[in-house]
Amino acid sequence: MLYREAGQFKATYAEDSQIFPIRQDKIGFWVLMLVFGVAVPLLSNEYWLKAILIPVLIFSLAAIGLNILTGYAGQLSLGSAAFMAVGAFAAYNFILRIEGMPFLVALVLAGLTAALVGIMFGLPSLRIKGFYLAVATLAAQFFIVWALVKFPWFSNNSSSGVVTAQDVTILGYTFVTPESKYVLTFLIVALMALLAKNMVRSSTGRAWMAVRDMDVAAQVIGFRLMRTKLLAFAVSSFYCGVAGALYAYTYIGTVEPEGFNLDLSFKILFMIIIGGVGSIMGSFLGAAFIVLLPIFLDNVVPVIFGDSLGAGFVSNFQLIVFGGLIIFFLIVEPHGLARLWQIAKEKLRLWPFPH
Amino acid sequence: MARQIGDVIVDLQNISLRFGGVKALTDISFNVKEHEIRSIIGPNGAGKSSMLNVINGVYHPQEGQIFFKGALRKKMEPHEAAEQGIARTFQNIALFKGMTVLDNIMTGRNLKMKCNFLQHALYWGAAQKEEIAHRIKVEEVIEFLEIQDIRKTPVGRLPYGLQKRVELARALAAEPHILLLDEPMAGMNVEEKQDMCRFILDVNDHYGTTIVLIEHDMGVVMDISDRVVVLDYGKKIGDGVPEEVKNNPEVIKAYLGTSH
Ligand SMILES: Nc1ncnc2c1ncn2[C@@H]1O[C@H](COP(=O)(O)OP(=O)(O)OP(=O)(O)O)[C@@H](O)[C@H]1O
Ligand SMILES: [Mg+2]
Repeated sequence: MLYREAGQFKATYAEDSQIFPIRQDKIGFWVLMLVFGVAVPLLSNEYWLKAILIPVLIFSLAAIGLNILTGYAGQLSLGSAAFMAVGAFAAYNFILRIEGMPFLVALVLAGLTAALVGIMFGLPSLRIKGFYLAVATLAAQFFIVWALVKFPWFSNNSSSGVVTAQDVTILGYTFVTPESKYVLTFLIVALMALLAKNMVRSSTGRAWMAVRDMDVAAQVIGFRLMRTKLLAFAVSSFYCGVAGALYAYTYIGTVEPEGFNLDLSFKILFMIIIGGVGSIMGSFLGAAFIVLLPIFLDNVVPVIFGDSLGAGFVSNFQLIVFGGLIIFFLIVEPHGLARLWQIAKEKLRLWPFPH
Repeated sequence: MARQIGDVIVDLQNISLRFGGVKALTDISFNVKEHEIRSIIGPNGAGKSSMLNVINGVYHPQEGQIFFKGALRKKMEPHEAAEQGIARTFQNIALFKGMTVLDNIMTGRNLKMKCNFLQHALYWGAAQKEEIAHRIKVEEVIEFLEIQDIRKTPVGRLPYGLQKRVELARALAAEPHILLLDEPMAGMNVEEKQDMCRFILDVNDHYGTTIVLIEHDMGVVMDISDRVVVLDYGKKIGDGVPEEVKNNPEVIKAYLGTSH
């Protein structure tokens, strides 16, 4: 009787359409918010904050971005990292070139810049689908990174495009400590995740999913294909852009265009495959999984197999495990960890009476 | 019957449609009057579905003119047809497979929803109010079609007959003036067919919705139609009230010549 909707009757449609219609879920959500918003920054050490928690949050945001485009709107993209790069370099330039530019405004402008670039590279989606669209986004990936290296203006003439993020200051407070950077990242990511959840559960999200599932039928009931797809590209790129800016400003501090390469795009794609295609929560699960798995393997493999195998083995072993997991999720559970979690909850809802 | 058949609402004149060398429709003219149930029948491949696709802008005929509510219609895209109040169901169910029954039906109301994506993102005030107002409308449709207990089910998990019903629900949610139904009863058992007939007649009767129906079951067609147009190999071979069509020698020949 721990997790049950029994006795929780929904009297209005407003109650029925909440994000967490079951009370235990709502409580669970607030517990999570308190744990990750308050307890974690108070209790975690610097390593956990800097190497695990902050990147997990930032990658979650990028994964939400990709999930909006690929999971909800059905447009496959291999260019997420490039849109992160646009966000990172846009934020850098806005702060560099505009006197007194507030950080949060720069963040929004960075997202908007990425959104514009996203719309541009989304235009081919009006003509092509699936594999061919993926190739077009691949072009975006290479072109954007190339352009950022090629034109030194973007990196204020630094060699090979390396830039160092300026200090993050909001209302006179400068975010220096890992704790403060974590809290800032957490608040931004949590807010944006909520906004994304709201979009996907209302008419905007239904338009995306309709276009994903059957575009002719979507048009016939009145959705405009072009508007719907380009909005998905814009919103998705906005999310990736903000994630990229945070990547530079609250995570690694020094970035170069090459850092936002195809590998990173694939990493984000794997996050949504493993976490759950078409799930906001899945984006978090996938990001956490992909950040944590190598760390876990680094620690566990030598213990199991001994040190004799050498360092090369561990990194190869990682690739094998990744590959295996991706194939597993693609074949067995395309909706990823989020779906597994849901199944577990459904079981729990009926437990201990399975019928 | 209480309902009064009104003026011509869709007038198709000399429509020809080709796919490469295939002539799907050749020089077809007929009209649909407001509030009537207008059936299109004909053997397989006769061009019936193509005809519906022409009416709501999925296909653009090479020749011919379409008058809609008295005005000549320019080349029209499907979403524009939807804006004009034309809704439809498909021969091969075209539901949104990854969504629940409720979400599928909610999509039917999209043209009536005015909030933009930023308001949706905030889900506050107007956006929430709108969502709930439309949910109430959708619940009326759900109740009307007696599908309350499958609201939250993903449509992919439903049996065929129910999927057809959900697709009708999605079309009805748009409160259309004209409803195009492409074989809504195909593959159904007798009981399901009876239900579907009842729904179609009720919609027509209560809301005065004009219905254009493609159906292979002659019993049903002759029973519920006001007028019937018969196609064969992309040509019109008969048009009139059920009695006339039934006794039309060309129609009889076309039907005896096939497996129907
Ligand atoms: N998109 C298309 N591309 C090419 N040919 C098409 C297309 N749509 C229809 N046709 C052709 O047009 C002709 C009429 O097809 P249509 O689907 O309209 O027939 P129908 O009367 O609905 O048949 P059925 O009873 O089998 O549904 C057929 O020869 C078909 O092959
Ligand atoms: Mg057909």
